[in-house]
Amino acid sequence: MATVAAPGTSAVDTGAGRRPRGWRGLPVVRQLRQSVGLQRGMLVAGLVLTGIFLLTALLAPLLAPYEYNQLRDPSGPFGAQQPPSAEHWLGTTVGGYDVLSRVIWGSRTALFVIVAAVLMSIVLGVLLGLVSGYFGGWLDRVLVVVADAIYAFPSLLLAIVVGIVLNGGESSLLGGIMAAAISITVVFVPQYLRVVRAETVRIKAEAYVESARVIGAGHWRIMSRHVFRNATRTLPLILTLNASEAILTLAGLGFLGFGIEPTAAAEWGYDLQKSLSDVTSGIWWTSVFPGLAIVLVVLGLTLVGESLNDLADPRLRTRRRGGAAPADVAETSVVPAAAAVPTLLDPAREPGL
Amino acid sequence: MTTTPARHVVGIEDLTVSFATDAGDVAAVTGVTLSVAAGEVLAIVGESGSGKTVTARSILGLLPETATTRGAVLLTSKDGGSTSDVVSLSSRQLGDIRGVDAAMVFQEPSTALNPVYPVGWQIAEGLRAHGKYTRAEARAKVIDVMRRVGIPDPEIRVDHYPHQFSGGQKQRIVIAQALVLDPGVIIADEPTTALDVTVQAEILELLRRCRDEFGTAIVLITHNMGVVADLADRVAVMYHGRIVEQADVASLFAAPQDPYTQKLLASVPRLGEGSARAVERASRRQAGWADSEPVVEARDLRIVYPGRLRKPDFVAVDGVSLAIRPGEVLGLVGESGSGKTTIGRAIAGLTKVTGGSLQVLGTEMNGVREKAFRPVRERIGFVFQDPASSFNPLLTIAEAVAEPLVVHKRAGDARGARSRVDELLEAVQLPKAFGDRFPHELSGGQRQRASLARALALQPELLIADEPTSALDVSVQARVLELFDELQREFGFAALFISHDLAVVDLLADRIAVLYRGSLVEEGTGAEVLGNPQHPYTQRLLASLPVPDPAEQARRRAAWEQLNG
Repeated sequence: MATVAAPGTSAVDTGAGRRPRGWRGLPVVRQLRQSVGLQRGMLVAGLVLTGIFLLTALLAPLLAPYEYNQLRDPSGPFGAQQPPSAEHWLGTTVGGYDVLSRVIWGSRTALFVIVAAVLMSIVLGVLLGLVSGYFGGWLDRVLVVVADAIYAFPSLLLAIVVGIVLNGGESSLLGGIMAAAISITVVFVPQYLRVVRAETVRIKAEAYVESARVIGAGHWRIMSRHVFRNATRTLPLILTLNASEAILTLAGLGFLGFGIEPTAAAEWGYDLQKSLSDVTSGIWWTSVFPGLAIVLVVLGLTLVGESLNDLADPRLRTRRRGGAAPADVAETSVVPAAAAVPTLLDPAREPGL
Repeated sequence: MTTTPARHVVGIEDLTVSFATDAGDVAAVTGVTLSVAAGEVLAIVGESGSGKTVTARSILGLLPETATTRGAVLLTSKDGGSTSDVVSLSSRQLGDIRGVDAAMVFQEPSTALNPVYPVGWQIAEGLRAHGKYTRAEARAKVIDVMRRVGIPDPEIRVDHYPHQFSGGQKQRIVIAQALVLDPGVIIADEPTTALDVTVQAEILELLRRCRDEFGTAIVLITHNMGVVADLADRVAVMYHGRIVEQADVASLFAAPQDPYTQKLLASVPRLGEGSARAVERASRRQAGWADSEPVVEARDLRIVYPGRLRKPDFVAVDGVSLAIRPGEVLGLVGESGSGKTTIGRAIAGLTKVTGGSLQVLGTEMNGVREKAFRPVRERIGFVFQDPASSFNPLLTIAEAVAEPLVVHKRAGDARGARSRVDELLEAVQLPKAFGDRFPHELSGGQRQRASLARALALQPELLIADEPTSALDVSVQARVLELFDELQREFGFAALFISHDLAVVDLLADRIAVLYRGSLVEEGTGAEVLGNPQHPYTQRLLASLPVPDPAEQARRRAAWEQLNG
């Protein structure tokens, strides 16, 4: 009873039907097309926020009115803690930087950290997860124990240690980004490892992997061709959640003073820390805008992640409800009505069955 | 409403059910009208996706949230006192009639029971939901119903947990759960599909007693025509969401009216059909064939799965000796847990041999190293049970069929092997264009054909088929079996054909080996094993097998009852 009887399990396989090919089959595009209602709203909101973030980061040199480390223009210094005005739409900071420019350039730093952290943790985590799940044994046990140990470690503390080791507290652009990225990588590798390992263990028992073994395929071929591609289904989801956490760690580092120097790059966490004293004296613009940037980017990425999660699960996915008119009966039957169902010795056969 | 409430417990009128799916609305059932009289067994038969389960579940309002139902489902209480339209009831009202007016027996008894509660508590669940009973009253009632469904020592067993019961006993408990409130109708959704043939016969006997002693009507959903012939009074044949034929069981089997029913009945394998062909094949073999080197030879084969955490080891195969000679089809029959699949996997090098000797194409499998066995692998083909999971969902059929060719360096890549793949697809009667499709775009039967093509890609000397048709509908099974037979004649490979279905094995096998609890209890030609079984287990197995002919089945049932004393 493939299509209808057991909505919990088998409908998952058949319900998705034919997967559209081409651009419509791309991960996020496909989910966007199949979503409805509130879930679609969430996904669209998340995508819009993420899109704005990406565009800002990529077009920062065009969008930002000043450089991130610019303190003066031809007409003289900006001045510190200036309220929003025509020259400085969002005012200036206590250090005399233009807030708008710092916020825009800050998105670039955030994007660098995300890309570096995600790339490193995905490559490492997936590789270790595949090996760990596929071969099992003592290697698997050691990796899982190490992963558990890392889980118990606070990521921010780790980031601080890495930051000090990398550049002795004096943060350049690359040093600051790598400190955040590496600490995030260390924290996220276990997550990728666990997810990919669990999928690998499941897929290892699937009949198609056994059939590859029966054929005589080597371990490497089975891992790369049969296990790997099937084990990566849930990765887009962790990736988005991973990315938002990367931003929070970077901001946390900056806030604690282990971030990137203002002369090396713009960084939201650093700006927030410097604006701490402004809050009490009624200077709101120095803290609100970098803070808002962090909140919106994290919100956008989380919304995308959460809605992808819901849409990936057929039980959480909402669908358009049927109208009043009955639809056609599904082509669930495997024997066409007209086709003969011959007895075993009947010579007439249908090739298509 | 053409029926009188007193005579009919269920009246379905013009029922249409559609589901909201990703691909829009899909109707599963359209315009179904049927009724069930009190104390009657109505069988709904049809292939997967024909809507039989949806129809039956609508009687209890047990459809998922995505379903939209139209039409009327009138459910009358057993005493005829009240009639309600299930379609229009609220979920609270549905709760009131479920269990009281209609109850359900599920397919898989091991998942229908909650493992953390004693079975007595679970049976009493229905009592607690529908009335006030003191603890002692409920317990007495539960013990009574357990005794009536044939659980020995119900006073003690009532406090046991589900894992302490066998599969057949669990199904009895599920039936007791359904019977405890004495409903007018029980919906039994494939109640014996997950059970072995010998246990199936006992459960069918119990269901028959439900009807006779409790006066309960039963709606039996099944795809097994033998079960229908054994138990049903009336049969409704569903196809494509509609009822194509309704008749009483004798006239349906004797003179099916609808062409679909005729074809369905014609494709059910029957015992004894294959013996003649086996004899014919044997007569064509050359002299001295019997002395030729066997492809597979097992001597005192023993396979043990190591126990975990102080549990004893599990002996899956114990002292089995058998041989498959070139070009011969050996059918391996046994119930679940008899070790038949383990033997197949050991021959393919998927399971380690623990003791004795297993020679496969000249290689000793006891203690073999993967490296040494790899060259032998290209001489072995394997067809898996479930065609849905034996293909990598991300590879096209052509890529999957080309895998063995690429692995064994007969072709550089899948594209280079395409002409050979096309030949293979043609050999299994699939159009070449199917090579570009993905596995989920093929039906079960088509996938199993592609699976055969993959197994035959390297022209193996030995093919192992592990229940290749048990996941398929009867009509599709017939075609796959026919194809298997044809390919075997054409390519001449030796084969180990594993199945739990004696009739299927009989169709194809030259010799049949019967496994029981890891031991080989009987081996011989189809005529010998089926015609004159020696071992008591084989006799029981044969007698339990329901045949798709009501008159013949009634006779066999009498014999079976005699055999069981």
